[in-house]
Amino acid sequence: MDSLNSLIDGFGTALTPMNLLWAAIGVLLGTAIGVLPGIGPAMAVALLLPVTYGLDPTGAFIMFAGIYYGAMFGGSTTSILLNTPGESAAVVAAIEGNPMAKAGRGAQALAAAAIGHFAGGMIGTILLVVLAPTVASLAIGIGAPDYFAIMVLAFIAVTSVLGASRIRGIASLLIGLTIGLVGLDQMTGQQRLTFGSLHLADGVDVVIVAVGLFAIGEALWVAAHLRRSTGKPIPVGRPWLGRADLKRTWKPWLRGPVIGFPFGAIPAGGAEIPTFLSYVTEKRLSKHRDQFGKGAIEGVAGPEAAASASAAGTLVSMLTLGLPTTAVAAVMLAAFQQYGIQPGPLLFEREPELVWGLIASLFVGMVLLLALNLPLAPVWAKLLRIPRPYLYAGILFFAAVGAYAVGGESLDLVILLVIGLIGFGMRRYGLPVLPAVIGVILGPAAEQQLRRALQISDGSVTGLVNTPFSVTVYAVVVLIVAWPLIGRLIARLRGGRKTAEESRTVSGG
Amino acid sequence: MTTESTEPAGPAGPAEPTAASGGGARAWLRERSELGVCLLLFALGVLVLTDALTMDVDIAQRGPIGPRTVPFVVGAGLLLVGALLAVDVLRGGRGEAEGGEDVDLDEPADWRTVLLLTGVFLGAAVLIGPLGFPIAGALLFWGAAYALGSRHHGRDPLIAAGLSLFTYFVFDNLLGVPLPGGPLMGVL
Repeated sequence: MDSLNSLIDGFGTALTPMNLLWAAIGVLLGTAIGVLPGIGPAMAVALLLPVTYGLDPTGAFIMFAGIYYGAMFGGSTTSILLNTPGESAAVVAAIEGNPMAKAGRGAQALAAAAIGHFAGGMIGTILLVVLAPTVASLAIGIGAPDYFAIMVLAFIAVTSVLGASRIRGIASLLIGLTIGLVGLDQMTGQQRLTFGSLHLADGVDVVIVAVGLFAIGEALWVAAHLRRSTGKPIPVGRPWLGRADLKRTWKPWLRGPVIGFPFGAIPAGGAEIPTFLSYVTEKRLSKHRDQFGKGAIEGVAGPEAAASASAAGTLVSMLTLGLPTTAVAAVMLAAFQQYGIQPGPLLFEREPELVWGLIASLFVGMVLLLALNLPLAPVWAKLLRIPRPYLYAGILFFAAVGAYAVGGESLDLVILLVIGLIGFGMRRYGLPVLPAVIGVILGPAAEQQLRRALQISDGSVTGLVNTPFSVTVYAVVVLIVAWPLIGRLIARLRGGRKTAEESRTVSGG
Repeated sequence: MTTESTEPAGPAGPAEPTAASGGGARAWLRERSELGVCLLLFALGVLVLTDALTMDVDIAQRGPIGPRTVPFVVGAGLLLVGALLAVDVLRGGRGEAEGGEDVDLDEPADWRTVLLLTGVFLGAAVLIGPLGFPIAGALLFWGAAYALGSRHHGRDPLIAAGLSLFTYFVFDNLLGVPLPGGPLMGVL
């Protein structure tokens, strides 16, 4: 009940004319940027960060929520009409949505995706309202060792679960941690990796790292391999659904969020795995199984709802624990830090107006998204024809605006470029970008918690594992680390000598 | 989709400098350019460790762990990962270059474009102080579009100028994010 009252207060905040305006601008900008090919939600959010600098925190985060959901919806439009998913979560939308569009059912595919996002976002946000205060109140008693354990879990999960190669994930994480070290030590004021530079003593701004790795790195990487012939988007009319389609889609819309939400909340869960799970589920349950792969509407509706709900799940761990589980959440956390706000269990107590205003604006944003995007879809589709030189020049341009707006110093632009070149190299050699960003954001916080925990225990290492919570988290960490070994062991027991031989040759990273 | 494991698979790996290639050492290195990444990681590790070693920590150290501990761990980790990655590469492991909507990995990398873009960006960073954002931003967009292959000599600068001025006004007036106007805004 308590959270219901807070939510109503939140609506009071979100529904003021000014905040409604920010939400609407956020949704429109987010969709527009998300539709642009080559820009996924993480880059969209990073590029749009500077737009919110001049606002008060509440307005900024209301706008942000709109950008986030808008960018996700925009991404699926690109997948359906162009068959080129901007990010892995939108791959599934392309599998079924693009054949539908080719068969002249693009309008239906877009409608199924839009309403799927709406349903997933609604259900996910309701779960967020129910769960987040509970998680926050449970987490309110946790101390430094627990925080450190959670951050270790985040580091391990992001390097082990995502990507193809563990060693490359760890390399990326260490690069991030190194960048995070630059500046004054938070506890003693000792200069680290500053090389006497006054500018570096302030540390490298997280926003610059995120924009550099996501936007500049990507733009340079694409520039080096620019496809000279780009695919032609399929023209589309106003999205709508007939009765037969509605009958096929309403269950997937409800099932998707159930799969998506939990994955969003766990470290390194993200939207990629649940969208595939939802796709497989819908395929198995469908009466039109023969249509899958050729344009089955269930295959668009379910996964899109799952993707949206996982975005809401991401917010649970981000707001209550300060733990970013996806790239977008990492960028959002950077935005919080920009305002000097530390997400965590205390956030709900200290900044109730901001948190509940943000949550209420998620509902508002979703309604706006549905109301705007269904009629505007043909306009968004036109954005797909933007000439590629303008698109990537524009990314560089806005990345520069963002980095310069942080502090108004042109040295920041040079740092941005250097980090962008690192991002370029990482893409070339298959180092995932996300662990680096997580390392920059969580590294300093993890160090502080570690030192605090050891200070309390007077230097004894047992101070890190003296709570049930931290022991549980470390058990999960051990499980994740040992998982490939366990898997290999099972394969060996099951498959006998032949499989064992194979797995030995495969044991590289 | 890159969810599949791409751990060094057997058959692709042992591409030893076969007799067919006459290039010898250079071809061998080209095939394993990823060793450069190991070298960079290693160098970064040495840098972090050196920095940690040369800190004077006579400043009252609060708690059992001082400002040097974490840099030591990170630096050592960098050395270790650099070495492990080198082993992986020598055993035939390859990082998989990232794909994307506009990325064509079948073509060799176009270094000229990357260098041009880097130069244009650096130029904008230098010029933003004296010339202000509207001019430097327009030059950045125009130059980047040119580097990326746009050859509409009438349209490109117009779009660049329009975008830059529009962004300046929106940020400076509507959003409350100050950007330097430079001499141009002094005249207008």
